[in-house]
Amino acid sequence: MNIIVIVKHVPDLVEELEIAEDGKDLNRDFLKFVVNEFDDQALEQALLLKEKGGGTITAVALDAPEIDQTLFTCLAKGADKAVKIVGDLEGRVTSHAAAHMLADALKAMSHDLILTGVQSAEDLDGQVGPLLATYLGEPHVSVVTGVEARGQMVVVRQEYAGGVTGEFEVDLPAVLGIQAAPQPPRYAPISRVRATMKEKKLVEIQAAAADGAGLNVRQMVRPQVASHAEMIEGNTDTVVERIVGIMAERGLMNG
Amino acid sequence: MPVKGVKQAPIVVEKDSVTVRGIELKGQWNRMFEPRVIDDYDLTHLDRVAALSGGESIEFCYQCGKCVPVCPVDVVGNYGPRKIVRKLQLGVDLTEDADLWLCTTCMNCLRVCPKEVDMIKIMPAVREQAILDGKFVPPELQKTFENIARYGNPQGESPRKRADWAKEAGVPVPIMASVKRPVDVLLYVGSYPSYHPRGKDAARAMARVLTALGVDFAILGHEEKEDGDSVRLAGEKGLYETLADSTIKTLAKYRFNRIVVFGPHEYNAFKNVYPKFAAENGLAWDYAILHYTQFLAERLDQLTPLLKKPIEITTTFHDPCYLGRHNGEYDAPRRLLAAIPGVTLVEMGRSRENGYCCGGGGGGMWLDSFAGGHQKMRLSERRVQEAVEYGASLLSVCCPYEVSRFEDGVKSTGNDGKLIVRDIIEMIDEAMRAE
Amino acid sequence: MGNVLVVVEQLNGKTGEITFEMLGKGRELASALGGELHALVIGGQADELGIADKVWVMGDGALAHYTSANHKAALVAAISAISPRVTLIGNTSIGMDLAAGASAATGIPLIAYCNALRVEGGQVVGTSQIYGGKVLAEVAPEDGACIVSVLAGAFPASAGRSDKTPVLETLAPPALDNRVRFVRLIEPEAADVDITKAAVVVSVGRGIQSADNIELADGLADALGGVVGASRPVTDAGWLPKSRQVGKSGLRVKPKLYLALGISGAPEHLEGMKDSGLIIAINQDASAPIFDVAHYGVVGDLFEIVPALTEKIKG
Repeated sequence: MNIIVIVKHVPDLVEELEIAEDGKDLNRDFLKFVVNEFDDQALEQALLLKEKGGGTITAVALDAPEIDQTLFTCLAKGADKAVKIVGDLEGRVTSHAAAHMLADALKAMSHDLILTGVQSAEDLDGQVGPLLATYLGEPHVSVVTGVEARGQMVVVRQEYAGGVTGEFEVDLPAVLGIQAAPQPPRYAPISRVRATMKEKKLVEIQAAAADGAGLNVRQMVRPQVASHAEMIEGNTDTVVERIVGIMAERGLMNG
Repeated sequence: MPVKGVKQAPIVVEKDSVTVRGIELKGQWNRMFEPRVIDDYDLTHLDRVAALSGGESIEFCYQCGKCVPVCPVDVVGNYGPRKIVRKLQLGVDLTEDADLWLCTTCMNCLRVCPKEVDMIKIMPAVREQAILDGKFVPPELQKTFENIARYGNPQGESPRKRADWAKEAGVPVPIMASVKRPVDVLLYVGSYPSYHPRGKDAARAMARVLTALGVDFAILGHEEKEDGDSVRLAGEKGLYETLADSTIKTLAKYRFNRIVVFGPHEYNAFKNVYPKFAAENGLAWDYAILHYTQFLAERLDQLTPLLKKPIEITTTFHDPCYLGRHNGEYDAPRRLLAAIPGVTLVEMGRSRENGYCCGGGGGGMWLDSFAGGHQKMRLSERRVQEAVEYGASLLSVCCPYEVSRFEDGVKSTGNDGKLIVRDIIEMIDEAMRAE
Repeated sequence: MGNVLVVVEQLNGKTGEITFEMLGKGRELASALGGELHALVIGGQADELGIADKVWVMGDGALAHYTSANHKAALVAAISAISPRVTLIGNTSIGMDLAAGASAATGIPLIAYCNALRVEGGQVVGTSQIYGGKVLAEVAPEDGACIVSVLAGAFPASAGRSDKTPVLETLAPPALDNRVRFVRLIEPEAADVDITKAAVVVSVGRGIQSADNIELADGLADALGGVVGASRPVTDAGWLPKSRQVGKSGLRVKPKLYLALGISGAPEHLEGMKDSGLIIAINQDASAPIFDVAHYGVVGDLFEIVPALTEKIKG
């Protein structure tokens, strides 16, 4: 099976986020980027499918700060090829535009399955998976927690609330939005990533022009710190005393 | 037995039958049992370890077993270098065995080994191989590698917050990039004093003590990163090299007379490991490196008069493996303790050269859950019990890994209220706070 | 025309709470836009939807089981037949398939992860919660119509219920897209405990650090006569079974007391517990979003506080 895995960089939420002066985007000058955690799951799922049934994996990403490192990491983990889509990609790229550019590039790449993370932290205008699938005219399933290859189709599990799961047969080619792979994403040792950087090259493809999402961002704000939690301060004894007091007041101390 | 690292074919001296003075003696009468099979083990896995760079000395082991009783892991489980070698002889693949991740590289085995089987080189080499081969790596360790690679600290905290602890130090803590002049002491803080709540207590104490002594010091602030020595010993050599390269280049930008480190692991990295890396990579590395206890012990004349407030307590001192056994410094911390009025020092049975291990070295700091599944109790818990057995009310330490490890151990062994844990720098800071 | 269309979400024949939350908000938007409130049922039943002015029922047995391909085709057909100004879809697993899929197919813009909606000068303005809840983006469609995927719990469900009888109208289903075929629904394995029924839930998050430390929460839960719950990272790591997971892909709980230990409070988690009677959170990070929904908060080391708290409660 030939699998394409789409990976994306998103702002690292470990860092403080600042809003740009015009109030319409993040201040991107000092942002650090990190691979979307769900895309990491998608890659792991692809690697497991390849290990079981053979085939190839191609990692595809839109150009972004530090994206080369991430694509080389995909190669070091076991992807066969890495493609970087380059072009006018400054600032926040909407999901609609990203899906258009990806669809344009992927039409020319033969594939059986496209895997991507179910969502990302900046999907303001929707998730890339279903957008891409629709532009490509392929079927799509979101929130996938299990994929099994079976001839010209895959059997997938879609997770709903409360632990209920739906099982579906999906004809190929198809796009899947991966929530979680059956095992945690594997580790790529730094020395192997460095060796990969010396041995392999990224393939660059020019991005097609793409329309935006049809939305005007009026403003971005940090949520008001309407923190209604009353903070309890002091040493451990004071804190414990106070918590027990609060619970006792509400009759919660007798089980 | 190998000769110069090369295995020799066995010389077979037992014969099935010999004739002595005309009487045929069948070999079987001389044997209690069936002919012994002494050389048909599958030695593939042992050979593979011996073939690794750093793994050669595994073949020197002649199974004397001196290493086992001194191994801190064996005290709380079933472990020890002799047993590992034996398992390898019996066909166990160490790259797939839980034993691979339990060694804390404390070096007590090498201290007593007549054959100099060097687990401090063997274990990291085999771990590196396991990681490169994509074998099982405990997820908590993997997460730590990812954090360090991305953020430069094992906790996965923002690098920009690395110097945040200094805001509450109560004294100015200059940062190299802003002082724009040479300083006397570059204080290398390390990740735990920078981010861990109890580590930060010690970092602030350090800033106050250095200030009180009038030391001209500065820190690297957000330019500082994990030193990488424990990463190297845990088997991620590539990541260690990246960190070493970055730290060497960062330090090269500044002028200072000496580096004072908080942690014995940084001390070992800067003193013993970085020089070789720098030489191999054409980088400059020629610094005077001091552990903070050494730096302060050199200034006892100046320090002692400032220690006015007595701390009436019986303490025992835990020798950090990487300050003591690995680098031979046993006295500086003890001299500082002796200078604090009121403090009585009792020595534990396992101290100095035979000091016990807190379990944090060699990557153990990032393997607590995994190791917990293979041990009766944590090494830190065993150590806490020992401190209590010897009548100490305070366990003093001088390695940033240890405060949190031992404080957890105090709670989990039910010794809350009986024993407190303090970094020596916190005690000095406390003793300076005269009324 | 300013009609609002709510896409009814049904699984296992049961209408999801999110549907009523959207119907309530939809009613308000429809009045503001001077239009009607419509509901769309794809392959299901039209009970309980009395608040809508009109309920469109599409489909037959073939659409009875949800599949992303068929239901997306059905929704696209319904949108072109009805031409609503605003289409509301729950931001659930099903909604993720449908909302973005329909947006791509119809060219109507999508406001995702929406937790606030209003009409301003005749224009719909939505607030999208992005970057893990750290940023709110206020957006409006460039042209008139929009699709909105609504976060669960953003609007009250009570406003979406009514005893009235709506007008029913049938819509012809589109050609079937059988590339995705329903096989079966798998119910979760019988849980060891039912966290949705407990009066006290002691929940642990990433901050608990390791499987070993779960026993701290066990001890506290025992002392309080409660059960231990978890956020997604903890169940993903296998430290607790999936049946203990609180949040969007887990269970919604509403205990009298919810103790959040080392839980930062991702929106997906908050969704599952924010209606609890009393929420007390302990976390190292003072800026953790959990403190926005908690009644009481402690910035501190749970490894210190929890054992002490357990001791104190045991007396």
